[in-house]
Amino acid sequence: MLTLGIDIGSTTAKCAVLEDGRDFRAVSLRDSGVGTDGPQAAFEGVLAELGVSRRDIDCVCATGYGRAAWQDADLRASELTCHCLGGVYVFPGLRTLIDIGGQDAKVISIDAGGSMAEFVMNDKCAAGTGRFLDVMAALLRCPVDSFAEAAARSKSPASISNTCTVFAESEVISQLAAGAAVEDVIAGVCRSVATRVGSLARRLDMREPVCMSGGVARNAAVREALSEYLQVPVLFDERAQLFGAMGAAIYAAKRKSKE
Amino acid sequence: MEVRKGSSQDPNSAKYKLNQIAAKAYSDAQAAKERGEKVGWCASNFPVELPETLGIPVCYPENQAAGIAARGQGEKLCSIAEDEGYSNDICAYARISLAYAKIKDEPAQNMPMPDFMLCCNNICSCMTKWYENLSKELDIPLIMIDIPFNPDNEVSRDEIEYVKAQFLEAVRQLEEITGKKWSDERFREVMANSCRTSRAWLEATALAAARPSPFNGFDLLNHMAVMVTARGKPEAAEAMELLAREYRENIENGTSTFRAEEKYRIMFEGIACWPWLRVTSTGLKSRGINMVSTIYADAFGFIYDDFDGMIEAYCKVPNAINLETARDKRVRLCNNIGVDGLLVHTNRSCKLWSGFMPEMSRQIGEACGIPVVSFDGDQADPRNFSEAQYDTRVQGLTEIMASRKAGE
Repeated sequence: MLTLGIDIGSTTAKCAVLEDGRDFRAVSLRDSGVGTDGPQAAFEGVLAELGVSRRDIDCVCATGYGRAAWQDADLRASELTCHCLGGVYVFPGLRTLIDIGGQDAKVISIDAGGSMAEFVMNDKCAAGTGRFLDVMAALLRCPVDSFAEAAARSKSPASISNTCTVFAESEVISQLAAGAAVEDVIAGVCRSVATRVGSLARRLDMREPVCMSGGVARNAAVREALSEYLQVPVLFDERAQLFGAMGAAIYAAKRKSKE
Repeated sequence: MEVRKGSSQDPNSAKYKLNQIAAKAYSDAQAAKERGEKVGWCASNFPVELPETLGIPVCYPENQAAGIAARGQGEKLCSIAEDEGYSNDICAYARISLAYAKIKDEPAQNMPMPDFMLCCNNICSCMTKWYENLSKELDIPLIMIDIPFNPDNEVSRDEIEYVKAQFLEAVRQLEEITGKKWSDERFREVMANSCRTSRAWLEATALAAARPSPFNGFDLLNHMAVMVTARGKPEAAEAMELLAREYRENIENGTSTFRAEEKYRIMFEGIACWPWLRVTSTGLKSRGINMVSTIYADAFGFIYDDFDGMIEAYCKVPNAINLETARDKRVRLCNNIGVDGLLVHTNRSCKLWSGFMPEMSRQIGEACGIPVVSFDGDQADPRNFSEAQYDTRVQGLTEIMASRKAGE
């Protein structure tokens, strides 16, 4: 049995194909999300990698903000459940998952059986999300992927507000105008995201082990700042950005096996 | 065309009668104004029994703002208020009302301009300034009743005396403004009507304990307009008793106004998201979720035996009581009615209510063993809501409830 999960986010599209509910056979990721050709490209890409067609897939589950618009889905599940399933697959016994995606941040509390027990999400503000980092990257003329390396060089991280993206943007400009080193500002920006999301995590009955998922998980500076803020180790896996798609494939497999 | 029994078109239905009463509250006030009578604007938690006993017509800006927002005109009026310099951080009901006082015509819900204002701060502090501003801008008297936030669990004798003196002074001021006279006998009638209406209302809302619930909880949000504007009138009592009867019949017949399979039952916390009522309602109904309980509806059921009892009731409205008392009321409702989850509207307009909800909802979730999920929205400003965010949160809540039911 092959099941496919497609996670259509605000900035990326990801796919994962699972065989018999156990082993992942292929994954794909495209850097364009809802409203672009990214989801279709990710979908076709993962099928091509496996050398199979849509007919060979027993069940497709869509997740992410674009889940409702993806016509070729047999099932739809929230990215909350999917990230939870993906996280538990990679880290068995996982109890807390922190997902920072392109436009939202969520903290999921997982029960001992591996099911989502409760969750909290960011409010309408973009602070504490990937979008916040994108805005800062453009302002600082430094790709987000280089943030961790730059932040590692920081000797004195700047203090950047986490209340509002626009406020933070003007703060960054002021800091740079006052002569702050770019790496200090970048470290401050990463801490800003970490404390914003960390305070969401503290609202829940946070238990270890804790992991991060979503695109921002790749940023070691945010992970480390989050770990420091929460005073717990924050686990990371290279597939963190794919947890949603992987979880969707697992969800599809679970549903199929119940039929 | 055949009229479905119990529908808003069936003149014998409670829904029809309640809609008529709510509409009549506005038309009666307009007619009184045209006759040259003094008309007031009144806060929803002001003791309506006072103007009702005196026979003074009043309109309710909060109710008007909700109507304007539900009919899609909230953003227009909020923008007018913001153009006047009011911050978009203040309550959208206040912004809509302040804008209406400027433009004096909004077909979505018109009402006569006031000759005086009746305010009570037991609901929030923004209302105090909102009414003060209207009083100043329109150059009309403001009657302000101060009911302090109650950190204790009971209403003390001192508080009753403090508020009573203000109620009596309000009566004196109203007599002076309108020339009408207070009658104890008339007050007893109004009190009896108000209590009768409230009893029937609370009985109707409690019938949600049946499985499936005999009604869609969103019905309550419409019917409560009568609880706000007309609870002291005999026709309101009759219509509410009819509503409770209809719900009892639904239970006997196994029917419901919730037109879907009731897979899950939730409590909804906070004022309705009026500009997005259809979206918020459909997001639940499409997943088989019935909103069977909300403190917002029950809050307008006032039951008491005498003048002091009435004062005590107004000292115990939901926004004037401490977190523990407020929590216990909700826990009782959740347990009595039986719910699988709690959906919290983090209402950008209502700082007081939304401010204490993160902790209160955490405690409710813990006490009742139910998942709690919140979403951002606004009671009247459509700009403070994201449909996609709402949908994800509701789907997440559904998945948790489904997983718990399946014993996973």
